[in-house]
Amino acid sequence: MKIELTVNNQVHTVEANPVSRLLDVLRVELGLTGTKEGCGEGECGSCTVLMDGQPVNSCLLPVAQAMNRDVRTIESLKDNHRLHPVQDALLQFGGGQCGICTPGISLIAASLMESEPDASRERIRTLLAGNLCRCTGYQSIVDAIESALQHGESAS
Amino acid sequence: MTIYLRPTSLAEAIKMRADHPDATIFAGGTDVMNRVGQETSLAGMLDLFALDSFVGVSRHEHGIQIGAATTFYQIVRDPLVNTHLPILRDAASQIGALQIQNRGTIGGNIGNASPLGDLLPVLLALDAQVSLASTRGERQVPYCEFCTGYRRTVMEPDELIVSVSIPILSDRTFQYWRKVGTRKAQATSKVMLAGVGETTCNRVTLVRLGIGAVADRPIQLTDVEQLLLSKELDHSQVEQARTLTLRSLNPIDDLRSTADYRRWVAANLVAAFVQQLYDFSR
Repeated sequence: MKIELTVNNQVHTVEANPVSRLLDVLRVELGLTGTKEGCGEGECGSCTVLMDGQPVNSCLLPVAQAMNRDVRTIESLKDNHRLHPVQDALLQFGGGQCGICTPGISLIAASLMESEPDASRERIRTLLAGNLCRCTGYQSIVDAIESALQHGESAS
Repeated sequence: MTIYLRPTSLAEAIKMRADHPDATIFAGGTDVMNRVGQETSLAGMLDLFALDSFVGVSRHEHGIQIGAATTFYQIVRDPLVNTHLPILRDAASQIGALQIQNRGTIGGNIGNASPLGDLLPVLLALDAQVSLASTRGERQVPYCEFCTGYRRTVMEPDELIVSVSIPILSDRTFQYWRKVGTRKAQATSKVMLAGVGETTCNRVTLVRLGIGAVADRPIQLTDVEQLLLSKELDHSQVEQARTLTLRSLNPIDDLRSTADYRRWVAANLVAAFVQQLYDFSR
């Protein structure tokens, strides 16, 4: 069926099965390969995108359910080749290594800057509980997000 | 190609269900998508997610009504749930993590009918009623009669889960919830126990216990309830409840846990419930 999607403020029309995974449509049809596939079963959070501002796993999201929604991927944080404050902080604190978990974590942190700029360390950890990182451990990631919330202004 | 069905009202949803009994019902899709994977041969997708008539928490005469497509995260944040149903909130807040809680729904948990569904023991303890609808009409089913076997329920092929009703308990009711899994988040339960209890002059006037992941479906611990009900609450009942639970449960070994571990943890949780009810009543 024809499916109209709004991704990063751009409207796209794709031909897809309604139960195709949003993840595949983003990566294959729209070429937005910033969204990563880790486990493919809703455990690891690598494929996280924001839908109407809420983090969801795009590997478990049938594309039909993304119609008439505002989808944002990691590509939305790109602003004239300047880094988003969250990305800056992740670099500064060594909060990324192989990079598979980074897009999902960055999106959640960026949305936190808008929705809960006063989030405590404990709250940050709770909200990131669905994003697994097998490289850095979580200390540096949480440090980075805490710092971004304290210092950064959201660029998105 | 899968037919996509997106109703705009309850009546239309029921009609679509009747016309397409072979369509798969989708709320947030977290269970269904894992099951079907990338299989594109589903006959139909009946999409109820975020449909107004299936979403929201409201108060009515007999208690609190929760729409079937209300997400776990909406439940976690709802003021009525926080005031009256703390164990439902706690159970919902421990499912998966934020991404799953934004998609998974109470009706999906009920309809999927997995023995591992985290909200299901809570629905047993809270004596919930499930509201089912079809073109033939609506009916209420007590949750304790809803599951009939492994992933089997009383639902007819033309029925949809519309909402769940939960009676409001008094402020003097003790509510207990504990989930045991490998981790705090993203953990599939090994055992979970939900319980409510009330005492008057140290006599137990109400007790309901729902337990999950120890049988082919969530079950009510009627033996333990009988042990406590209408009797003077006595500290020796802690050990009696533990022994009774050990004797009455017969869980399975699988990749997540062993039968022995499940039985002992279940018994210890039941003992903890009785102990805490005892402390609460003093």
